[in-house]
Amino acid sequence: MAKSDSPFRCWLRGELDLSAQLQTAEMPAPPEGERYEPRHHPALIRMIARQSHRLYVALVAVLCAVLFTVLLLTAANLPAYGDGEAPTNNEVSERYVNQGVEETGALNAVAGMMLDYRAFNTLGESFVPFAALCAVTVLMTRGRRKHPLPPEADYADYYADPIVHTMCKVIIPVILVFGTYVLVNGHLSPGGGFSGGAILSSALIIYAMVWGDQRAHGAIREKTVRRTMALAMGFYVVSKTCSFYMGANGMPNPISAGVPGRIFSAGLILPLNVAVGLAVCCTMYSFYMFFRRGAL
Amino acid sequence: MSVVQNFPMFSIVLGLLCAIACFAAPRAWGRRITLALLLLSGVMQGCVLWYCYVNQASYRYQLGHYPAPWGSELTAGLLEPGMGLLFSVVMLLSVIGGGRHVGHDVADGKQHLYWVAVDLTLAALLAMCYTDDIFTAYVFIEICTIAACALLAVREGGRNLIASVRYMVFALIGSSLFLIGVVFTYAVTGQLLFPQLRQAVAALWEAGTYRFAMTVAIALMTAGLAVKSGCFPFHGWLPDAHSQATTASSCILSGVIVKGYAVLLIKIICRGLGAQVFMATGAQNVLLLLGLGGMVWCSIDAIFAKRLKVMIAFSSAAQIGYIFMGIGMGTAAGLTAAVLQMVSHAITKPMLFLAGSQLSDASHGRMDFPSLRGAGHRNVPAGILFTVGALSMVGVPLLAGFVPKLYFAREAFALGWQRWPVLLGLAASTVLNVLYFLYTAVLIWLPQEADCRFKPVKPHWDEYLPGFIFAGLNVAMGIHPGPLAALIDRAVALLGR
Repeated sequence: MAKSDSPFRCWLRGELDLSAQLQTAEMPAPPEGERYEPRHHPALIRMIARQSHRLYVALVAVLCAVLFTVLLLTAANLPAYGDGEAPTNNEVSERYVNQGVEETGALNAVAGMMLDYRAFNTLGESFVPFAALCAVTVLMTRGRRKHPLPPEADYADYYADPIVHTMCKVIIPVILVFGTYVLVNGHLSPGGGFSGGAILSSALIIYAMVWGDQRAHGAIREKTVRRTMALAMGFYVVSKTCSFYMGANGMPNPISAGVPGRIFSAGLILPLNVAVGLAVCCTMYSFYMFFRRGAL
Repeated sequence: MSVVQNFPMFSIVLGLLCAIACFAAPRAWGRRITLALLLLSGVMQGCVLWYCYVNQASYRYQLGHYPAPWGSELTAGLLEPGMGLLFSVVMLLSVIGGGRHVGHDVADGKQHLYWVAVDLTLAALLAMCYTDDIFTAYVFIEICTIAACALLAVREGGRNLIASVRYMVFALIGSSLFLIGVVFTYAVTGQLLFPQLRQAVAALWEAGTYRFAMTVAIALMTAGLAVKSGCFPFHGWLPDAHSQATTASSCILSGVIVKGYAVLLIKIICRGLGAQVFMATGAQNVLLLLGLGGMVWCSIDAIFAKRLKVMIAFSSAAQIGYIFMGIGMGTAAGLTAAVLQMVSHAITKPMLFLAGSQLSDASHGRMDFPSLRGAGHRNVPAGILFTVGALSMVGVPLLAGFVPKLYFAREAFALGWQRWPVLLGLAASTVLNVLYFLYTAVLIWLPQEADCRFKPVKPHWDEYLPGFIFAGLNVAMGIHPGPLAALIDRAVALLGR
């Protein structure tokens, strides 16, 4: 027998003839002149669908009610707010409150806790807006349609309104100054990167709303936004990595906490706040632009 | 401190840094940066695993200048670097094997964002493995969720958008349940770091105060992670998500991401809450029953699936049932079997997705079973790989899929009332697996019809390399599971310390 004719090789090539074994019963042709009858009645299917939808809604309602009750009961069972005996008032919060200023140099205990004691969490948290920006970009640039809204239709022309236009000229610099203040004063007073960045981005969003997307697109380039974001996040990661490495290997902290209360104090907290603020500002402005015009 | 001990922190941070690099660098660099990252991460996890294996001890790594209850910590024993190594290797092979599909499915302007998502996923998974802090775990769960959504939504067309939205809704439900659980836990214990948390929970349980709140918190955290890994009644998102993504994403989603949440659950149970308290709430029995339900129910769904990738995805849901059954057994040997199941599934399922998509390429991209008839003849290497994967999933001896089934069955005899449900569930699930996987494996080797429209494809060997590595690992694990099982036994024992 020739090599190429062995049954195994035939089978491997898919040429083995098994048609006799694979015969299936042919469907009998419908008699002439008979109308096609669906096997299932559409009315019956609709009724089943309606009933099962009702059952689904009822089950969801029961589940939500149970979850609601359990969560409320648990919340009622938790230690009272402000209770001195509560388990959360332990050695952990005691050190944050009593030694926080001395160890981190930050008068704002929240900033000290977020960016120094538990900096690894905040490193992760600052990547959540970054990840969200990437996911939103992926979602909003689907398909070929660039503009979710028609460019110059359907929305109010704020630029033509003298009151809005003039007021914005006054307000935007004030918002920018306030945002910067919240950002760089984050270690001294309530505020910090996340809130300061949100305030800064609101100024940019107002600018884009009033002066129009095209103008904002021209003034704030996509490249600038991307580079700012990358630089801010890159600085954050690299500086925190050095700090983690030195802490874990028992090296002393090379950056002193400084005099608490001064603007240049609290070690890395100030630059980190600025980095987080820039990243948050870029993210929120990009969100607005993506939902508005489908691109930066 | 040895340099190797820094590697867990370095690998997490490197993942984040590479994500930024892919975001800012020229678009063509994304793939290279990601491949380098995955390779380097694999090497680093291997070093940490070797270090811990030689010293036979776990260690804690302080992040920053403040010790445990005040600052954050990572911990590395044998389980953490072992799973990290598995995740890195599987992701590397998936990305290589699915590379051509990424180029085809993802628009040019979004390629770099795809690689950003892969890097972020790796960093988040490693952080979930290594973290010793329950709130850090939550933060990285969130990053993993968003990155996974991007991995899924990046392909256009079909039901992809529906699948992404569904995935996002379920994933967010899971995260919020987990977060509420963390908030309740913190309110009644005042601790976030696992070792301190375990002491506080044990003391609380002993004293009997806040027992209701603690039970609810444990239930919520478990339910949250179960939703996110696609445990049985919450698996509705899984078939669409895994079958609609591009091939590399399917491999990553099914091979790696669902396991990251399961590893975290094991860590929280063993290190954060203490197995005793977890058992006292009865949550493990619920997990056992849900796992059994998933093993049978999802296998039945897989039988009725009309498309190949949907069938493979339903089989994933069934295999995840095995993992939760193992966690629900509540014994160390049960946990060992669950981890073995994770390993065997992680090296088999990506191989099936890769081979399945190559078979469908040989059928003009069609996924329905009639078109796939005889596809093995048109693409012989992919057909062989699919057959190996299918046999492994069924649980044929000498392949990886058999090993966890054997360990589950052996452990079942040590259990109480759970013995017969577990054994019957294993038997039923295996029979159902035979029905759909052997059917497909036979179908792709049937002779082609005489008037077949599809032409044989010329094999590109570099595309099959990841598949053959997966197959090799499969056979190695199937023939010689002893050392791996011993290692996992040791890892589970180290976890509770």
